[in-house]
Amino acid sequence: METLEIIKDQKTEIKEPVSISGSQAVLEAFIAEGVHTIFGYPGGAIMPIYDALYDYNDKLEHILVRHEQGAIHAAQGFARSSGKVGAVFATSGPGATNLVTGLADAMIDSTPVVCVTGQVFAHLLGTDAFQEIDVINITAPVTKWNYQVTDATEIPHILAKAFYIARTGRPGPVLIDITKNAQIQKFDYEGYTKCEHIRSYRPKPIVRKEYVEDAAKLINEAKKPFVIFGQGIILGKAEKEFKAFIEKGGFPAAWTVLGLSAIPTDHPLNVGMLGMHGNYGPNVLTNECDVLIAIGMRFDDRVTGRLDKYAKQAKVIHLDIDPAEVDKNVKSTVPVWGDCKETLPMLTKLIDKKEHTEWLNKFHEFTQKEIDIVINDELNPKTEVMTMGEVIKSLNELTNGDAIIVTDVGQHQMVACRYAKFNQSKSNITSGGLGTMGFGLPAAIGAKLGAPERTIVEIVGDGGFQMTIQELGTIMQYKVDVKIIILNNQFLGMVRQWQQLFNDKRYSFVDIQSPDFVQVAKGYGIAGQTVKDRKDLRSALQEMLEHKGSYLLEVMVGKENNVFPMVPQGCSVSEIRLQ
Amino acid sequence: MSNSKQSDTVIHTPSGIVGKQDFTITVYTENQVGLLNRIAIIFSRRKINIESLNVSPSEAEGIHRFTIVISETEDVVRKLCLQIEKQVEVLKAYYNTNEEIIWQEMALYKVPTDIIAEKAKVERLLHQHGARAVVIRKDYTIFETTGHREETEGLIKALEPYGLIEFVRSARVAIIKASKGFHEKLKEFEQTEPGEELVENEFLDKQDEVFTM
Repeated sequence: METLEIIKDQKTEIKEPVSISGSQAVLEAFIAEGVHTIFGYPGGAIMPIYDALYDYNDKLEHILVRHEQGAIHAAQGFARSSGKVGAVFATSGPGATNLVTGLADAMIDSTPVVCVTGQVFAHLLGTDAFQEIDVINITAPVTKWNYQVTDATEIPHILAKAFYIARTGRPGPVLIDITKNAQIQKFDYEGYTKCEHIRSYRPKPIVRKEYVEDAAKLINEAKKPFVIFGQGIILGKAEKEFKAFIEKGGFPAAWTVLGLSAIPTDHPLNVGMLGMHGNYGPNVLTNECDVLIAIGMRFDDRVTGRLDKYAKQAKVIHLDIDPAEVDKNVKSTVPVWGDCKETLPMLTKLIDKKEHTEWLNKFHEFTQKEIDIVINDELNPKTEVMTMGEVIKSLNELTNGDAIIVTDVGQHQMVACRYAKFNQSKSNITSGGLGTMGFGLPAAIGAKLGAPERTIVEIVGDGGFQMTIQELGTIMQYKVDVKIIILNNQFLGMVRQWQQLFNDKRYSFVDIQSPDFVQVAKGYGIAGQTVKDRKDLRSALQEMLEHKGSYLLEVMVGKENNVFPMVPQGCSVSEIRLQ
Repeated sequence: MSNSKQSDTVIHTPSGIVGKQDFTITVYTENQVGLLNRIAIIFSRRKINIESLNVSPSEAEGIHRFTIVISETEDVVRKLCLQIEKQVEVLKAYYNTNEEIIWQEMALYKVPTDIIAEKAKVERLLHQHGARAVVIRKDYTIFETTGHREETEGLIKALEPYGLIEFVRSARVAIIKASKGFHEKLKEFEQTEPGEELVENEFLDKQDEVFTM
């Protein structure tokens, strides 16, 4: 730690460059950017950075994961729960390729992550050296920006750029590949300056007042306005501004999977979730509203269903920070480019205070129908076997909606998104765009480290859990307090559901066997139990939440339960099926 | 998960052009290793073939200019340009129809010298096509001509009976008729806060059409 102090002194007092290695410069950059936690895995080509890290033990916490995919998912979980940039170290070759899934996930879900990968010596590039792989080109389509450093003097300003690009505008993953010679190389370090401008990069478009005015005019004339919102609200830290907007206008508002928790679940204007397994009302009434106000969302195909039958009757106002999203899938009548933190207050100022009681009641009517046909049976089943929904319902009652819910991908994810209760923002962490099975467990670890004061509950299926099960080792080693609920239906449930509904019940390779999860957890020193009877569910959940430290609760649920409602692929949102 | 037929919608573009046609995309970028790949994969990801690609330094120092020709609908090209502009090192991407640009391609033709020397007809032919000899050797002569695709193509056909040995054509280079160069734009980019003008908007002049309520 001596080094750092000297640098600080010299920067402030003597202002004389000091000779440090490229590796030290990397760590100095991470510290200057406010990073405390790095998820990583060492290897040959990143050894000099790990050697330097040995001396930075008191400033940087390094979490040794069990697989590089775990490192990047953990960094994503960290970023999503904390609102800060996630940080990852990995070595060259397989270390770097193991990051690709996580990079793709972070790219499509706009998660700010900075990855540093080691690379072979610059003179070995292109020689098929041991653990050499063309990381820059492999990761080009799944990073917001990437760059290969071959000279240590580049490190400070390249990392400054990396953090700036990752966190500004529409956030995303950045990968910096550093050759081993650059990590070792000593150079005159003149301190770290944060990046604030890149001439070829515009993080957000200029807000055009005339569009805000046009949008307001359209909204004020609307009889049946409908707000649909996504993660842009959370990423833009505009929860308050958003609430003020919908409350003034009295707009029914529906969230996308990634928009979940941006407002509290029981907000009177929250009408539920959009999309394939979303709520009945928001889907059907998308095709009845007269003005559709889309905020910080990108009209994913899982949200829109069949595009040529999507909201054709409506005028569309689209607020987004990314100009490439406007008119990409759905043509907007008025595009409002910009940061919604800026545009929403401008819009709120111009709109009339209104209540759309009759229109809002229409949503409630649909909700009632959904409760009668779907939700009641899911949350209060009369069957002998348990449903996923009743587990979530009991969990809600015990956590009061204060926990961060991290999910994996599949049926349990949709059930959790449909029924979990949220009181505060950044409480829903899931792999939305990429649908990455195996995301949940490492993301939950990162989420806990990003928000240590909060309870983290991971909901996961028996399939996805086995994809990154090795991260139980990380939980063991760092005593990360994560509550794991495995909703075990002994199938790859979502694929099975599709096979049942669309492939004549031809259950092709969805019958997955699992180990004794409680025994596995025990092997890692993690307490747990399996619940098979409804009567034990609540007390088991209680025990899990009260347990000091991690806990694994396996709940056996109905093998062939389906998630409904459902918009079958290729259908319009108004053709949503309730059963 | 299953075979869906969702993309059968036709989105009408502001100018109403729906069919495929040649578009020339002009991209101003920083000079950075790897950027060519980042731009190329935007096309290949969507299974769009690049017909012609030229990269060279522009009139502004340190700024490179890509000229890319593809055949697509205007709606697709507009979206492609937005994706290209999203790349960190890209300053600006424009797209234009053939009518909006002045463009040229250069071609080289290698022909046996003895045949040309014998036949006066060839000389007339070359003259007609505006070709110019670049190298004359005992065994072969290389001609050069510049023009549109049909023109360079025309000379191949004309030379074929006289033993055309080899032929090569360059990518298209194009200048946008309405362009005022990139120096002024570059100044705006260098400011911390980019100027208003940078966000171009097709809807600005179309308010009457847009608001029909």
